[in-house]
Amino acid sequence: MKDQQHQPRDLDGNPVTPGLPMAMLAEVTHRCPLMCPYCSNPVELTRANAELTAEDWGRVFRQAADLGVLQVHVSGGEPGARRDLAQIVAHARDAGLYVNLITSGIGITRERLEELDRAGVDHVQLSLQGIRPDMADRISGHPGSWDKKMAFAGWVQEIGFPLTINAVVHRQNLERLPDMIDLAETLGARRIEVATVQFHGWADLNRRALMPTREQAAFARQVVNDARVRLRGRMVIDYVPADHHAVYPKACMGGWGSTGLNVAPDGTVLPCHAAQSIPWMRFENVRNRDLGEIWHDSDSFNAFRGTAWMPEPCQSCDRKTIDFGGCRCQAMALAGDARATDPVCSLSPLHAQVVARAEADAGAETADLIYRRMRKGE
Amino acid sequence: MTAQPASITPAPLILPDDIPYLPRGVRLADDRVRGIRVLQAPERAMQLDPIGDAILSELDGARSMAAIVSGLAARYNAPEDQIAGDVRDFLTGLIERRMVFVRVP
Repeated sequence: MKDQQHQPRDLDGNPVTPGLPMAMLAEVTHRCPLMCPYCSNPVELTRANAELTAEDWGRVFRQAADLGVLQVHVSGGEPGARRDLAQIVAHARDAGLYVNLITSGIGITRERLEELDRAGVDHVQLSLQGIRPDMADRISGHPGSWDKKMAFAGWVQEIGFPLTINAVVHRQNLERLPDMIDLAETLGARRIEVATVQFHGWADLNRRALMPTREQAAFARQVVNDARVRLRGRMVIDYVPADHHAVYPKACMGGWGSTGLNVAPDGTVLPCHAAQSIPWMRFENVRNRDLGEIWHDSDSFNAFRGTAWMPEPCQSCDRKTIDFGGCRCQAMALAGDARATDPVCSLSPLHAQVVARAEADAGAETADLIYRRMRKGE
Repeated sequence: MTAQPASITPAPLILPDDIPYLPRGVRLADDRVRGIRVLQAPERAMQLDPIGDAILSELDGARSMAAIVSGLAARYNAPEDQIAGDVRDFLTGLIERRMVFVRVP
């Protein structure tokens, strides 16, 4: 039996009040034909035989809609690696959710894209790794990826889906950002997301190859500002800056456990996609418990809700309800303590050290890429 | 180098005779859990107040912004000038986000 009127508490035992989530990231598989060295999936990838079934996803989507979720981002890995993707999408629409498909465009044929249209995909987000075949194929580790992506973008336009281009930028492609924005416009995109690599997991293994320089970060900001004026009313530019060069950290997830949640391929429910990098944190699974109960009543979601858990300098900072102390996973990675002020914040005692290391990595001779792969023999 | 004056007004994104509409991938929906109306769009669900809902419910892909304004002014018994400004500003914000498209007659 569940406790009656159980009071949710943060990791220090302070009472917290959960809100309601708007969006859910559904990572339906970790399988992917690409090997991008900054993949946001965990370094320990989930095998196909551990994935939730389409029926499981249907149940999760209904629980999500009952909980208040309005939008689902169907992602992976490459969601197209699931043969039953259209069925998964149809379940999400049946639950009343708005369906964003986040794809590499690789492995989805024109026929399958039409099937996904009939199943109810509302919007397609296509990732691009570069603006020419050489860069795109080298970063993705997939020869021929560029040509496949361009064909896919054409089908998206013909079918009429709204399109967002997702451009991950880093040291090796940042100077081509203006061309990337032009390409997105040519492909008929309504939006482009320009996201600087976030140095978690795989990307952290590739810091010396991918960390942008301070000059590149400033250049990107200028390019984005100019393009926003030029493209007003034609294309939206969403921009995730290089936070190692920022003054304040990003408001990760808009606050832990406040507006979004992530369901991993095996049904593990995470406050953010990198949360498993916090080694002491235990996560619950939709196979064992209702999604709404996990949202409202699990230690992982409640751990960093509210502001009472924050140490100094966050606790007395007037930005504590703006950026929530930054990213917990980054605090874990850089400070060795998930509760610490995000060390990319200029107020963190570790900030000088973090900046020095970022600049050393950005100035290092470009290292070979470590590509995302499943470990063999598991 | 001369900087543009800060007060410069950007070109209007919609004129009275233009026909605003919700493009594919953008739709009005009920948020049954929170008991409000929302505009569902690519990677964004926007919570609507009753005024926003009333304006967007008028977008039928056939009538111009001017016709929509007249209809709303009559229905809510409000001055047309004021409604025109509210509708234009609201739609301009959504056009900038690519959540409303405009057809020029």
